[in-house]
Amino acid sequence: MNSDKYDFAISIGGAAGQGIAAPGDVLAWIFVRRGLHLYTYNAYQSIIRGGHIFLTFRISTEKVYTHGDQLDLLICLNQDTMDRHLKHMGPGTRVIYNSDTIEPGEAQEGVQLCGMPVKELSNDSRNKLVQNTAALGVSMHLLGLDFGILEEILTQQFMRKGQAVVDENVGVARAAYDHAIANFPAFPEATPEGEKPQAWWAGNDALAMGGACAGVKFYAAYPMSPSTGVLHWMAKHARDLGIMVRQVEDEIGVATMTIGAATTGTRAMCATSGGGFALMTEAVGSAGMMEIPVVMIDVQRAGPSTGVPTKTEQGDLWQMLGASQGDFPRIIVAPKDALDAFNTVPELFNLVDRYQCPGLILSDLLISEGRFSVDPDDIDFHPKIDRGELILEPSTNGDEYLRYKYTESGISPRAVPGLEGYVHVVATDEHDEDGVLISDEFTNPTKRRLMVEKRGRKMQDIFEHVAAPEIEGQEDADVTLVGWGSTYGAIHEALEQLKVEGITANHLPIKWIVPFHVKEITEILSNSKKVIVIENSYSGQFFRYMRSETGLNVDAHIRKYDGEPFMPHQVANGVQEILAENTEIFVPEHKIMV
Amino acid sequence: MAAGSAVDTEERPVTKLTAKDFKGKVDPDWCPGCGDFGVLNSLQKACAELGLQPHEILTVSGIGCSSNFPGYFNSYGMHTLHGRSLPYATGAKMANHELTVIVTGGDGDGYGIGGNHFTHLSRRNVDLTYIVMDNQIYGLTVGQVSPTSEFGMKTKSTPFGSVEMPLNPLTAAIMNGATFVARGYSADPKGLTDLMSQAIQHKGFALIDVFSPCVTFNKDNTYQWFKPRLEKLEEDHDISDWKSACEKAMFWGEKIYYGKFFQIEDRPSLGELEPVLREGGPICFRELGLTGEQSDELLKEMM
Repeated sequence: MNSDKYDFAISIGGAAGQGIAAPGDVLAWIFVRRGLHLYTYNAYQSIIRGGHIFLTFRISTEKVYTHGDQLDLLICLNQDTMDRHLKHMGPGTRVIYNSDTIEPGEAQEGVQLCGMPVKELSNDSRNKLVQNTAALGVSMHLLGLDFGILEEILTQQFMRKGQAVVDENVGVARAAYDHAIANFPAFPEATPEGEKPQAWWAGNDALAMGGACAGVKFYAAYPMSPSTGVLHWMAKHARDLGIMVRQVEDEIGVATMTIGAATTGTRAMCATSGGGFALMTEAVGSAGMMEIPVVMIDVQRAGPSTGVPTKTEQGDLWQMLGASQGDFPRIIVAPKDALDAFNTVPELFNLVDRYQCPGLILSDLLISEGRFSVDPDDIDFHPKIDRGELILEPSTNGDEYLRYKYTESGISPRAVPGLEGYVHVVATDEHDEDGVLISDEFTNPTKRRLMVEKRGRKMQDIFEHVAAPEIEGQEDADVTLVGWGSTYGAIHEALEQLKVEGITANHLPIKWIVPFHVKEITEILSNSKKVIVIENSYSGQFFRYMRSETGLNVDAHIRKYDGEPFMPHQVANGVQEILAENTEIFVPEHKIMV
Repeated sequence: MAAGSAVDTEERPVTKLTAKDFKGKVDPDWCPGCGDFGVLNSLQKACAELGLQPHEILTVSGIGCSSNFPGYFNSYGMHTLHGRSLPYATGAKMANHELTVIVTGGDGDGYGIGGNHFTHLSRRNVDLTYIVMDNQIYGLTVGQVSPTSEFGMKTKSTPFGSVEMPLNPLTAAIMNGATFVARGYSADPKGLTDLMSQAIQHKGFALIDVFSPCVTFNKDNTYQWFKPRLEKLEEDHDISDWKSACEKAMFWGEKIYYGKFFQIEDRPSLGELEPVLREGGPICFRELGLTGEQSDELLKEMM
C-alpha cells in the first residue's frame, strides 16, 4: 500500500471449478458501491476444471490503471495457490486460507496468516464452496468493513436458491467474521469510502455496449476466447435493445454475414480473436472493394496459431495491417482501456460510414477480460451518430444512379437495396462506376486506375476526424516511452515510479494505427532525448511499423511476450536498465507463476 | 413493400413487368450453348410473372461462371467472395427481411468451398431461394473436378479419372433441414420457371439444383447425355415425405429424376422465429442509438 493514497490489492487463487468468480464479484460490488476505483485482472488457463486461477483486484480512492505490482491480501482456496504465492507476500500483508486443508509453509516476517477452521465454522458443511463464503467473512473484518454489507450482498446473491442457502452462507460468513475478530488484527487502515458509487464493466462489455450506443443492429460471432464476452453481452441484451445476434458456423460466415447485413444500411459488427480474424481476412477486402462500412474487433491473445488462448499479447498488428489481398483503405484503432474501447466503437462507426470502408479494432485479453470501475458520468450512452453519404429514402426522379461514382472526395453516395430508383450491383470484382464488372472481358486499364484512385483518395481528409497522439507528462523529460493500445496503464503508472527514482519520463500513447499521425509523431520523437518503445510482442511489431511509416529509429525497447501483461514496475525497471546502458532490449522476468 | 418475402401478387399499384425488364446492364459472357442462359431466362420470367419489381429483389452470388449472374439481371445485386454468397445473403435478408433474396451460384462455389455454409443455411431455414447452376465441373478455372463430378470423370485435375464420390446436394439439403428442395434442368425453361416461382414464394430455405451443362469443359454430362435419362417426378410423388424424396434423389445413371422433391410449409423460417423482427420493420431502417430508458437500464446493471 502506498502511503499517500489508499491503494490496496487482493488476489483470490484456486483451481478452475472452485468458484473464484462468485466471491470475486461480491468483493467487486462492495468496492464499487463504496465509490472505490477498481481494476481486476484474471490470470487463468483454458480449462473448465483444475489448473490455477488467480484473480487480482486493485482498489483505490483514485483511478487505477493496472492490477499493480504487489498484494496486500491473498485468499488461497487451495494448497497450490499458497505454494505459488506466499513467498511473494511481504510484511504487513495478510493471507487467508482454509486451515483444515491447506499448509501455509514458510512466510516472510510480518505476514499475518489467517487460517480458517472451515469445518468448525460451517458445522461440518459438505458444501465445498463454503470456504469461499468463510473467506469473505474474514476479509470483511480485515478490511474494516461492517458485516451488514456482506450480509446484504450474500442475501441478494443466494435469494434465487432459497432461504436455506441464504441462511447457510450468511451463517458461515458471520462465524468466520467473528473468528477473525477474535484471532487476527485488521489492516491498520479501514477500507475508505469514495466520492460516489462507481459502475463497473469488463472491456468486452464496453465494446459491446459501445456498439449498442452506436446503433449496431446486427452482431455475429463464433465463440473464441478472449472475445466471447462481446457475444454474451449482445445475446443477453439482444431483445431489449433490438439487436439481431447470430452465432455462425465459422468466422468466414461471421464476417461475410456481417458485411451482408451492413450492405442494407444496418450498422453491423463482429468480434473474434486472432485465429478467427485470420479466417475473416478475405472478407475484410470484400468490404474494402464493395465499399461497405463494417466494424470488426480482434481481441488479441498470445499466438501464433491457437497459441495460448487465455493469455495476452499484441501480436496481431501486422495481421491487421495486411489483412486481405490487394491494396485498399481501412481504419485500424487500438483503444487504451475499457472506457476508451467503449467510446472508440461509435467513433469508428462514424468514420467507416463516412469513408465506406472496413474498420478494425485491436483489443486484447487484458482490456477485454479485465473488469474495471468506471465513473458513471463518464459514460456517454448517446454519442454523435454520423452516417456519411448514406441514402435511405427512395427516389422517383428517374436520374441515373452510379453506386461508385467518381467524385472529388472519392466518396460515392451509398444507396441501400430495397429502395426504388437506386438499383445497382455491389461487387467484389473490380467494377465500373455503375457496378458493372470490369474484371473479365471488359477489363480496361483506365477504368481500373480511376477506381483504385477513387477508393484511395477517400481517406484524404481523415486526419481532420481523428485525434493526434499527445505527450503525457513532462515535456522535456529524460526519456519518452512510446506505447500503443493496452500498455497505456502500465506505462502511465511506471512514470510515477520512475519519478520517485529521480528519472523524468513522459509517455506517447498511440491509438490510431491507420491512419498513422506521421507528422505529429515524428515531431514529438525528433525532440525527445531518448525514445523507448514498449509492447507486448517479441519482434517489436509496433516499433517496426512506426519505423516504416516515420523512418525513425528509436533508442531501445521493452518487450514482453510471456502471456502476462506488463506490471508497472517491470516497465520502470526496464527504463532504469536501459538508462544504465545495460541493455537495448529489456524483457522483464515475470516472477509470479500464474 | 410486402412483409416477408412471400410475394403478394395481388393489389400491386405498379405496372407489371415482363421478363425483358429484368435484363441486366450487360449481356452474359457465357459460352454459346451454356446452360446458364436457360437459368437466367427462367428467373427473369419467374420474377416478371410474380409481379416483382427490380428494387424489391436482391440477387447474391459468389464466384464462378454462374456467379456473374447479378450483373446480367436487373435487380439489386451483390457479387461476393467465392463460396460465401449464402452468409452474405443471410446477413442482407435478416437485416432487410422485406427483400426477396435470390442466391445464384455453381456447384464448386456452393457445394465445394461454400459447403459449410450450405449445410448450415439448410438447417437455419433462412427465407432465401438458392439456385445452383450445377455443371459438375469447374468452368471458370478451365475444367477441374467438382464436388458433383461423377466417379471416374477425367478432368484437367483428374487426368486418370476422379477417385472421389460426388455429393448429392438434394439429399444433403433435405437431411440438413431445408424446407424446399428441387432439381431443375436448364433446357426445360417452362418447368424451371415454375420451380423458381414456387421457390421464391416458399417461406424458408429453397434449393433448386439445376443441371446446367457446361458445353466447353464437361464432355460427359451433356444435353445429349441428360435427355434420355431425365424423368419428371411422378404426379403422385409425396413432397412431404422426406424418405421418398431422398430415395428418388439418389437415382443416378439410366434414370435421373427432376422436379420438386420435397417441401414442407409448417416450419417457420429464421426470420419468423427472430424476436427482433416481430415488429418495427426491417432493422436496416430503424432508428439508431439507445433510448434514455434503455441506457438507464444498462447503467443500473453496472452499479
